[in-house]
Amino acid sequence: MQVPAPFEYERAESVQHTLALLERLGDDARVVAGGHSLLPMMKLRLATPEYLVDINDLRGELGYVVVAEDMVRIGALARHADLLGDEALAAVFPIFRDAERLIADPVVRNWGTLGGSLCQADPSEDLTTVCDALDAECVITGSGGERVVPMAEFHQGPYETAVGDAELLTEVRFPVRPGGSSAYQKVKRRAGDWPVAASAVAVWLDGGTITDARVALTAVGVEGTVDVDEALVGRPPSEEAFAAAGALASAASDPVTDARGSADYKRHLAGELTVRALRTAVERALTSTPTSTP
Amino acid sequence: MQVTMTVNGTEVTEDIEPRTLLVHFLRDTLGLTGTHWGCDTSNCGVCVVWVDEQPVKSCTMLAAMAGGKAVRTVEDLERDGVLDSVQQGFMECHGLQCGYCTPGMMMTGRWLLDHNPDPTEQEIREAISGQICRCTGYSTIVRSIRWAATQGQGSPVTHTTETAGTPS
Ligand SMILES: Cc1cc2nc3c(=O)[nH]c(=O)nc-3n(C[C@H](O)[C@H](O)[C@H](O)COP(=O)(O)OP(=O)(O)OC[C@H]3O[C@@H](n4cnc5c(N)ncnc54)[C@H](O)[C@@H]3O)c2cc1C
Ligand code: FES
Ligand code: FES
Repeated sequence: MQVPAPFEYERAESVQHTLALLERLGDDARVVAGGHSLLPMMKLRLATPEYLVDINDLRGELGYVVVAEDMVRIGALARHADLLGDEALAAVFPIFRDAERLIADPVVRNWGTLGGSLCQADPSEDLTTVCDALDAECVITGSGGERVVPMAEFHQGPYETAVGDAELLTEVRFPVRPGGSSAYQKVKRRAGDWPVAASAVAVWLDGGTITDARVALTAVGVEGTVDVDEALVGRPPSEEAFAAAGALASAASDPVTDARGSADYKRHLAGELTVRALRTAVERALTSTPTSTP
Repeated sequence: MQVTMTVNGTEVTEDIEPRTLLVHFLRDTLGLTGTHWGCDTSNCGVCVVWVDEQPVKSCTMLAAMAGGKAVRTVEDLERDGVLDSVQQGFMECHGLQCGYCTPGMMMTGRWLLDHNPDPTEQEIREAISGQICRCTGYSTIVRSIRWAATQGQGSPVTHTTETAGTPS
C-alpha cells in the first residue's frame, strides 16, 4: 500500500492567505492543486513535503477562462475539463481542445489543473508545449506583487520552474493575433497514457503567405520552440514546406529510448506529427472556422 | 486532524492522519468497502467515487481534500431496495465477471448518463477509458451502460439525508 510520508495539511482560502501560509511555513511547504501529479509522487516518496497547502478553494479566484479579442487569460486552477469544454477557447485556440482530448483520461481531467501541469514541469507534459507554441506568459504572484515571466524563462529544466518557494503561479496569458490558428498532434500507446511524442503548432498567414510559425515538441528532449522559419516564413503553405519544417523538428529533437518507444521512432514522430499539425493549423487558419480533430 | 464531509447524504466527522487517502478513509474508517482499491497508481479506476458531483480516482485524493464536500460512493446507487438502472444493466448484460472494476465503472456510468442520457457506444468507451477491466473485454460493460440509457433516469430520487446509505 502506497501512502505519502506524514505531513501537516493546511487549506488556503485565498491567494493572499496562500502566500501568507507559504511564507510562514518556508521551503518545506508545497501547494496542492488537482494533486494528480503531486500525490502520486508523494505516494512513491519522491516528494516529501512537511506541509501541504490545499489551494482548491481558490477556484472562485483562479478557475477562470477569459477570452478577449487580443488576449486569453486562464487562471491557474482551471481544470483540464474546463479547458476541454470551453467553446470560446476552442474557437480562438483549437489546439487546447486537440490536446485536452488526449491528456490522461476523463476522470483525471476533472481534477488536474493548468497551473499544476506547468508547475510540475514534467518533460512529457502536454500543456507546456501548447503554451510554448502560443507564446504564453506566466503571471507569478508573491507577497511583493506580480511578475510576468515568458514561457521561455518559466521552465528551468525538468521539474524546475521560475516559481519561488513563497510564490504562486496565478494566471497564464496568451496573446491573440489575427490571421492565425493552431493544432496539436500526439501519439500515445493506449487510452489514458502519457505521450510517446507530440507536436504543438501555431501559424499565422497573410494573403496566402505564412508570416509566422511556432512549433514546440513534447517528450522528445527539446525545451521551448523549434526554429522552423526557414522552411515556412514568407512562403505559401505547401506539402513541401510542411515536410521541410517536419525535417527541422525531427533534427532538433533529442529523444531517449524507453518503454514508450525507441529514440529513432520518437524522432520520426516529431517530424511526422509536426507535418500533420501544420496541415491542420493552416487549414484552420485559411477557413477560420476552427474545428477540432479527433 | 479532524475532517467533516457528507458521504452518501450523511455528515461524518472523523479524526484522521492528514496523509489518509480518500479511498482508505471510505473503506477503512467508514467501512464502505464497495469502493475498491487496485493499482494505487491512478490508472485503473476501480476507486472512482464522486466528490461534489465530479468523478475522481479516490486513491489520488486526500480525505482532507474532500473535507466540506459531498462524496457519493457505489453504496448510494441502490435506494430503498431499488437498484439504479446502471446496476440493473450490469445484471442484464453480464457487465461483470470478477467484479473488481465494477464499482468504478458503475459510478462513471451513472455520471455519464446524468450528463448525457443517450450516449453512443463511442461516448461510453471514452467515458470509461481511464478504467481497466481485466475480465470482460469491455463490450458487456458498454452494453450494460447502454441498457441503462434505454431505461431512462436511473437514480430514483435526489438526495435526502433519510434515504441515504448510512456509513457504519
Ligand atoms: C493517470 C494519469 C495520466 C496522466 N496523463 C497525462 C498526459 O497524458 N499528459 C499530461 O500532460 N499530463 C498527464 N497527467 C498529469 C495530469 O495532467 C496532472 O493533473 C497535471 O500534470 C498536474 O496538475 P495538478 O493540478 O494535478 O497538479 P498537482 O499535482 O496538484 O501539482 C503539481 C506540482 O505543481 C505545484 N503547483 C500546482 N499548482 C501550482 C500553482 N498554482 N502555483 C505554484 N505551484 C503549483 C505543486 O506544488 C506540485 O509541485 C496524468 C496524470 C495521471 C494521474
Ligand atoms: S486504485 Fe485508484 S486508480 Fe487504481
Ligand atoms: S469484471 Fe473483473 S476486472 Fe472487470
